[in-house]
Amino acid sequence: MERQVFSVTELNNHIKGLLELDPMLRNVCVRGEISNYKIYSSGHHYFTLKDSESSLSCVMYRYSAEKLRFRPENGMKIRAFGKVDVYSRDGGYKLYCSILEPEGTGDLQIAFEQLKARLEAEGLFRAEHKKKLPPFPDSIALITSGSGAAVHDMIRIIGHRWPMTKVLVMPVRVQGTEAPPEIVGAIRYANEFHIADLIITGRGGGSMEDLWAFNDERVARAIYASEIPVISAVGHEPDVLISDYVADRRASTPSNAAEIAVPDWREIRDCLDSLDIRSRQAIHKKLSQISQRLESLSTKRVLNDPTVYIDNRRLELDYRIEKLNSCMERQLRSKRHIFETKGTALDAMSPIRVLSRGYSITENEQGAVVHSVDEISPGDPVKIIFRDGQASCRVLSTAKGE
Amino acid sequence: MSSKKMSFEESLNRLDEIVRHLEKGDLPLSDSLSLFEEGTALLSACSKMLDEAEQKVMKLRKGPDRTPVELPFDEEET
Repeated sequence: MERQVFSVTELNNHIKGLLELDPMLRNVCVRGEISNYKIYSSGHHYFTLKDSESSLSCVMYRYSAEKLRFRPENGMKIRAFGKVDVYSRDGGYKLYCSILEPEGTGDLQIAFEQLKARLEAEGLFRAEHKKKLPPFPDSIALITSGSGAAVHDMIRIIGHRWPMTKVLVMPVRVQGTEAPPEIVGAIRYANEFHIADLIITGRGGGSMEDLWAFNDERVARAIYASEIPVISAVGHEPDVLISDYVADRRASTPSNAAEIAVPDWREIRDCLDSLDIRSRQAIHKKLSQISQRLESLSTKRVLNDPTVYIDNRRLELDYRIEKLNSCMERQLRSKRHIFETKGTALDAMSPIRVLSRGYSITENEQGAVVHSVDEISPGDPVKIIFRDGQASCRVLSTAKGE
Repeated sequence: MSSKKMSFEESLNRLDEIVRHLEKGDLPLSDSLSLFEEGTALLSACSKMLDEAEQKVMKLRKGPDRTPVELPFDEEET
């Protein structure tokens, strides 16, 4: 029997044709676990889908891969949608994927978790990067949709709480592919011209898809880079988005953001009132202290009777004079004592005392005292002085010795 | 010190400071009185700001030369 001989290409093309005949293979969904995931420089993604017994070679071309909202990773369980075709060059068949979906959790959830983990690892959520919100902002930029409940709620609540703050609405789209670049542009623009002291960016509630712009990496990085503090205010209470993690403050809703952004004037009024009362009390206390002091001073005698001072001085003077006198007296006494002692000594030596004991003094004609018999000769006139008088005499004779 | 030029926050901080000084009570009477006077002026300026405040809401647009232009906020626009 003559056998038909095919070329390799012919056989592969034959098989390819057979596969193409099956409509099921043109649009198939396969569940499996990713392994050997590789992104080529061409931008095409190659991987293997496998289960416990079997494996399937898969490819996702660049134009499809660009639409992926999460990053496929080895070990991830997914559903792949696409068509089965033969790759003639190596005779293998592959699944040509157009869509990948994570099994279980949605792709958005996976994308969210992945971006969150990446930015967190980069440190974008760290507390030390959080800026303090101004307690009394002069102006607030609202980067949100110009229509809808969110912007009106924020304007109303800010006006109700703190009407001194100027509100600047920077309208942007908040959903769809244009939303992230518009939000990013507004944040950067607000910073470039320092349009406000505070930015609130967000939107009202919606589906995860609707809120997705606030999970966008570009938006997250713009919020992180903002010099002006940013409050993220997206959706309803339980919705937590990447913008909430990266912002300086997370608000659960746009209304909540308005409450966080400005104080309530009623509380500030109370605070002013209490400062008023405190300052009045303090000054009153000061004044009453002073008046008490004045009163206690006024009862002192010196202020009532001006002569007290002089009287007191006079008493002091008297005391001093007294002291001086007694001091002088003491001095005088001691001098007198010395004088008396010396006087007695002197008295003992006095010639008059000698004369009173019966002695007499002989003076010659010249009035000089005669000390020796040799100083006189018989016939000389002499004067003899007694205690109580004198006598003029003439020497009769002289004799020496006893 | 001119209270007119101070922001609300600065005024409030200064008021706080003044009251704390006054409450300490260790200042001479003349200083206490002038602080009290300053505080009273600040209080009335702050109250006035609260009383007279009227909310301003503007829409911000990029002008032709890129600089910001403020327009009245029109509720209908997106």
